[in-house]
Amino acid sequence: MAITDLTACRMREALRRREFSALEAADASLAAIARLDGRVRAFLSVDADGARRRAAGIDKRLAAGEPAGLLAGVPVAVKDNMCTADGQATTCASRILGGWRAPYDAHVVERLAAEGAVVVGKTNLDEFAMGSSTENSAFGATRNPWDLERVPGGSSGGSAAAVAARMVPLALGSDTGGSIRQPAALCGVVGLKPTYGRVSRYGLVAFASSLDQIGPFGRTVADAALLLQATAGHDPRDSTSVPEAVPDYLAALEEPVRPLRIGLPKEFFGAGLDPEVRRVVRDALAAYERLGAQMVEVSLPHSAEYAIAAYYIVATSEASSNLARYDGVHYGRRSSDHADMIDMYMRSRVQGFGDEVKRRVMLGAYALSAGYYEAYYKKALRVRRLIRRDFQDAFKTVDCIMGPTSPTAAFRQGERTADPLAMYLSDVYTVSCNLAAIAGVSVPCGFTRAGLPVGLQIITDVFTEDRLLRIARMYERETAWADRSPPVCEARP
Amino acid sequence: MTAADLLPTIGLEVHMHLKTRTKLFCGCPVRYDARPNSCVCPVCLGMPGVLPVMNGRAVELAVRMALALGCAIPDLAKWDRKHYYYPDLPKNYQISEYDQPLGIGGFLDVETPRGAVRVGITRVHLEEDAGKLMHDERGGNFSVVDLNRTGTPLLEIVSEPDIHGAEDARAYAEALRQLAVYLGVGDCHLQLGQMRFEPNVSLRIGTGPDGKPRYTPISEIKNLNSFRSVERAVVFELARHRQEYVANPAEYTLENLGKETRGWRDDEGVSFLQRSKEEAHDYRYFPEPDLVPFVPDRAWVEAVRATVPELPQGRRRRFISEYGLPEYDAGVLTAERGVADFFEKVAGLVKDPKTASNWMMQDVMRVLNERKAGIADLGMTPEALAELVSLVKQGAINRNKGTEVFGKMLASGKPAGEIVRQDGLAQVADAGAVEAFVDQALAANARTVEDYKGGKKAALGRLMGEAMKASGGKANPQLVREILLRKLGG
Ligand SMILES: [Zn+2]
Repeated sequence: MAITDLTACRMREALRRREFSALEAADASLAAIARLDGRVRAFLSVDADGARRRAAGIDKRLAAGEPAGLLAGVPVAVKDNMCTADGQATTCASRILGGWRAPYDAHVVERLAAEGAVVVGKTNLDEFAMGSSTENSAFGATRNPWDLERVPGGSSGGSAAAVAARMVPLALGSDTGGSIRQPAALCGVVGLKPTYGRVSRYGLVAFASSLDQIGPFGRTVADAALLLQATAGHDPRDSTSVPEAVPDYLAALEEPVRPLRIGLPKEFFGAGLDPEVRRVVRDALAAYERLGAQMVEVSLPHSAEYAIAAYYIVATSEASSNLARYDGVHYGRRSSDHADMIDMYMRSRVQGFGDEVKRRVMLGAYALSAGYYEAYYKKALRVRRLIRRDFQDAFKTVDCIMGPTSPTAAFRQGERTADPLAMYLSDVYTVSCNLAAIAGVSVPCGFTRAGLPVGLQIITDVFTEDRLLRIARMYERETAWADRSPPVCEARP
Repeated sequence: MTAADLLPTIGLEVHMHLKTRTKLFCGCPVRYDARPNSCVCPVCLGMPGVLPVMNGRAVELAVRMALALGCAIPDLAKWDRKHYYYPDLPKNYQISEYDQPLGIGGFLDVETPRGAVRVGITRVHLEEDAGKLMHDERGGNFSVVDLNRTGTPLLEIVSEPDIHGAEDARAYAEALRQLAVYLGVGDCHLQLGQMRFEPNVSLRIGTGPDGKPRYTPISEIKNLNSFRSVERAVVFELARHRQEYVANPAEYTLENLGKETRGWRDDEGVSFLQRSKEEAHDYRYFPEPDLVPFVPDRAWVEAVRATVPELPQGRRRRFISEYGLPEYDAGVLTAERGVADFFEKVAGLVKDPKTASNWMMQDVMRVLNERKAGIADLGMTPEALAELVSLVKQGAINRNKGTEVFGKMLASGKPAGEIVRQDGLAQVADAGAVEAFVDQALAANARTVEDYKGGKKAALGRLMGEAMKASGGKANPQLVREILLRKLGG
């Protein structure tokens, strides 16, 4: 078995047993990137020298028997909206940052270093994490490893594709309305959005501050648990990160949750759901029933009707504010052909931002304008509270909520780029989790007849990631979806 | 309605830097003398990915000021983003408080020549300061920005339009400064830009048909940074309003023209239009998602209230009633908290407030005024002054020698007793010795003795002075006088 075929958990054990070195693991990852990424285009930058240097450092520690961390020697990719002070650019897949190099590490990047992970590179995304296909990248679209003609989902499409194509066993993504779970579903990997406040956002370039959350990608539930373990916890630099103790996610992972009551919102199985996806998800639910779970129909009325609308008001409003700083004055790209200061602002932004970013900044600025604030943003906040209450009510009778992660499997490149609304509906099942600030995971649950992966979304209440992972794991151990590798890995050039 | 009936109606927005070691959202030091852009970090530079962390000390100082102004502290205050594009504001939004400030509904009593005036306080809130933009003075096509000031904690205090004249506006601004310094909330050095003023000026023009008062348009004068400019700008603006109104009473009203923003040219003494109502900014306020709302614990608020010391006006009244000080002296001694504390310490130690006040007024304040220094820089403790005052009270030295010793204490830092011993300044109260000085004076000033005996009573003073001089100033003046009168047969 090749090193790159190992899960992070297996790799970690093998590294500890010195079956191979961290340098060999890094080289295997770098070789896979070199072999595959010309076609997949998951990475925006690869830091081969830095990765090898860090791996060699880990090897020294391992050889000396020193503690080297939870992820000692495991290659990891980081979505390129997280700051790294390693000299690689932090681009957010936007021209406007103009090759900006962050002078500081994001909290999660510090955590990765502290746990001995070897960051090999930074992955592609929709510009400023705005999109559901990774096509809105200023540096080219990422392809789905299961079908290169199709999108990997987004916005963390680069991270999902890098893990799916086995270029790295682990990657970090960020999820504002589904940006981890939806690409995880479309790429056939596990992607988890933690409870808002579970992982520090310090150093995550903000899209929508009240919704953004960093989370892990892995090929297995245990791998996702491992990366969550390494990155979760309170950080005083993020006032919204919560000082709750971080449980040991791996300790009880193999213990099934029994009895298990699964809530099925009828709203998640209505019109717009692809029949093949419905069938695959139903099969997964049947597997849970065989494990003794009880199915309970629940209702999330506000979520179904208003979630997308509320989400696009909250997210675009916050985005219009968060992205105000990209003006060409203090860093990043400045226009060279401006007449005066105002013109400099306008040209820098017109030239620096892509269409989707401009669309959302304008929507948000409009929603926050005097006279509209009450009708839009304030009302959206009220809807948020109602959605949160829907979930609270549901969690009184069920342990988790399940449904499809995405209404369809991976769609074709270009299929939805001309129709923003169709693109926005890709997130119809995922946004309410962000609005309600609760935890959700997408786990692979099968394939369409065309061989495209389908994801099962599982949602639990705040700060119950330990149960969420156990629920996901009970299903995973009954299946072998994680063993399948995408065609791009097989096709040797 | 005549021009004379137009009532000046003025509200003031005052910004002051809070006295914190670090900035509002990051650990950068607050400094005024540092090299440009040397007190900055990714957070105050507004770099991608950074998050603000509220400075707890700034919140505490803001609440202390709000409490001292008699404001209520609501159960929830929240932070909001105020958006505008300017190169001195790296995020292009300022973190401020929009509709739920941390202090609401207080007042400040201001002493004016016409008596005390109560000015209502609408609100007190906390926000971050911006940097400083400087335009190239050699005519180049660029500007430079210093972001050291960016993120400095700034307290905004908004008054009700309860001020009815330029002098009162100035008095209010000065009273706020005094209060903030008293509370240790801010240093309020105006020359460092630690305090800035924005008067809102209009004239009340009687009442409308609905019985509600009517006004001329409101002029908000931006960014004044001295008390003098506040007074001058308000005087100018009131005159301008009066002129405009008289020329066009039907048109020049608040309903018609709303609020405009004006700048002030201090050198020319004129205001100028910056933005009319139509050009008003839409700041697109919305709640700051990166900070949690401020939900003060009631016990904490009470603990902060306990740190609010006795305020200048109350203390002044107490000095008059409790210590029997003249109004003027009480005013001088309470103008600064350090001086008042110093005085009360001395008064307590010598158990004689009037004498202590006399020393404060005649010696301590004189030296501070000469040196243009604060009480902290006096170089003498209240205990040291109390020792000196006691020596004089006990008759060990006379009052004039006391002032001399005071000077020597300041110069040498030595205690009063030691100086008196070393310099042999102890008062000569031995009758025989004093008599010798008197005899010396009488012998040397025969003409003056003649004058006295001829009925010129003022000559006694001159003879006393001569006798004191003969003693090197050390003789007990009381004894000199007695012996002199006896010898002159008076
Ligand atoms: Zn700073």
